[in-house]
Amino acid sequence: MPGGDRSTLARSPLARLPDRALKYGLTALAALILALIVFFFVRLVGEARPAFAHTGVFGFTFDNDWDVSGEKFGALPLVLGTLITSGLALVIGVPIAVATAIYANELCPLRLRSALTVLVELLAAVPSVVYGLWGIFFLAPKLQPIEQWFADRLSFIPFIGGGAVTIPNYFIAGLILAIMILPIVSAISREVMATVPADHKEAALGLGATRWEMIRTAVLPYCRAGIVGGAMLGLGRAIGETIAVTIVIGDAPQLGSHLFGQGYSLAAVIANEFGEAQGVHRSALFAAGLVLFVLTLLVNGIARVLVNRASHPTERSATPPVPVGPQPIAGAVAGA
Amino acid sequence: MSAQSPSSAKLHRFAVTPARRRKDRLARGAISGATVIALIPLALVLYYLLSKGLSSWSWSFFSTDPTGNTFFKTSSIGGVKSAILGTIEIVALASAIAIPIGLGVAVWLVEYGRGSKFAHLVRFFVDVLTGVPSIVFGLFIYIVLIVGTGSSYAGYKGSFALALLMLPVVIRSAEVILTLIPTTLRESALALGAPRWKVIFRIILPTALPGMVTGVLLAIARAAGETAPLLFTAASTRNTNFNLSQFMNSLPVQIYDDVTSPTTAVVNRAWGAALALVTMILLLNVIARLVSRRSRLA
Repeated sequence: MPGGDRSTLARSPLARLPDRALKYGLTALAALILALIVFFFVRLVGEARPAFAHTGVFGFTFDNDWDVSGEKFGALPLVLGTLITSGLALVIGVPIAVATAIYANELCPLRLRSALTVLVELLAAVPSVVYGLWGIFFLAPKLQPIEQWFADRLSFIPFIGGGAVTIPNYFIAGLILAIMILPIVSAISREVMATVPADHKEAALGLGATRWEMIRTAVLPYCRAGIVGGAMLGLGRAIGETIAVTIVIGDAPQLGSHLFGQGYSLAAVIANEFGEAQGVHRSALFAAGLVLFVLTLLVNGIARVLVNRASHPTERSATPPVPVGPQPIAGAVAGA
Repeated sequence: MSAQSPSSAKLHRFAVTPARRRKDRLARGAISGATVIALIPLALVLYYLLSKGLSSWSWSFFSTDPTGNTFFKTSSIGGVKSAILGTIEIVALASAIAIPIGLGVAVWLVEYGRGSKFAHLVRFFVDVLTGVPSIVFGLFIYIVLIVGTGSSYAGYKGSFALALLMLPVVIRSAEVILTLIPTTLRESALALGAPRWKVIFRIILPTALPGMVTGVLLAIARAAGETAPLLFTAASTRNTNFNLSQFMNSLPVQIYDDVTSPTTAVVNRAWGAALALVTMILLLNVIARLVSRRSRLA
């Protein structure tokens, strides 16, 4: 049919309408997300401004005095409390999480692997408030004598020991946070470890490496960036975790004198004081929220870059992967 | 081992020395040990929840509202009826907001935005949302819906806060599933003359459905356990209430309120409520896993 009129096949403008509507509707929805975040951020800064005007941005972040009745809002004890507890969470949680990932990927019998991953993920299903409840009524009282023992023995180290151990304290908060970040760090590490080419591992084993030497020389170096990224994502979680920490940290508005003493954190102060806050106090809590927001933004941004780079290993190496398959091994037959 | 031939003598040098073997055993033992340690908290939490929570479960625990003055009346402190109903109402509305928007954005990211600069930006902002602490969502909603309107706490405001929290989970999980759909499926439908919207509604979404349901259920499970965003958006009250524009109780908030009580009976009520909450969330998780097994993708 030369010269046939193809335009009869085209849709009428009316039939094109739902297509256009869907496309622009969905685009608008995506744009809405962006607009919402920017809007929230601007409003949060606006609400926090009176507090910054009251003490100055520098003063707010670095003054060591949070005294509500005296209208003094120096958030240093809160910032440090957040950093101490989430730092502790990393120190305790990351090695254990990475170990579970290594175990699941390299050592575990295949049948147990999925059961193990499900169990670790269940840790993430327990709500924050339940960890808090368990932490304050079970974990903290049970651990108090052990903590006291350490505090007495290690009293020569500044900040660690030397005082009476209270039931809610920084250490318990860090420990609970370690449990809470374990699933995410473990999941990311497992994901990244799954990208290690089997060739690398087999090559290490073929050269006579033991299992552990293979893990140390082939697996861990390959996924270092990804594991660090996973740890940073965990750090982001730990920084923003609110309710569990509020319950077990003790809510003391001064910087605790030692690791086993009561403290406070940025998220906890908001949860605890916001309900009754007025005027500058409320604005100071918004400012604490802003600091928290910016802090988690930074940590998560770095983490995302590291994790994304690690889980797309093709972008790292320009050399194409060697095809794997049955290949004649020279001399294998002759040697037999 | 005696050297019988020159070649085996050479090989002997490469055998695993006792020191290396010891190190290997030690490292493997440490890794296995750490894995066991990781699971101890889970066992302890579940054990304590069951042992403390079950004893406060009874018919009246689920059929009465918590009562206020608990100091002298240890026998009739009430149960968790309003909290359970409140949680269901708030989370239902949050889902009704977050699921359509989230799936819409995911479809846009995969079907329309693929590779564009704007899609990268949207994806980055969704990642930002994932990292925002839940209490900050509460602050956002407080600023907009409470400071902004000059009104007080309400159940639907809590729903908005939870919806914000669910959005990134829904979007990212749906996006993963949608990218798994083979391009050939889209191309064959388009080649048969189906318009884009029909391809999306009749081909893409039904294929992706089981996988997306999993992501949605996990998002709901996460939202149901959140306390922080509800504290100063939905607040808490003791009465059962079906009007989302009023103060509303919820399980996490009631547990949080009860934790600080000096009365043993109230703390026991918190354990019972915690067991109820964890049971709900675990059920959602189990259903999510069962559904994902039915998915033909992935």
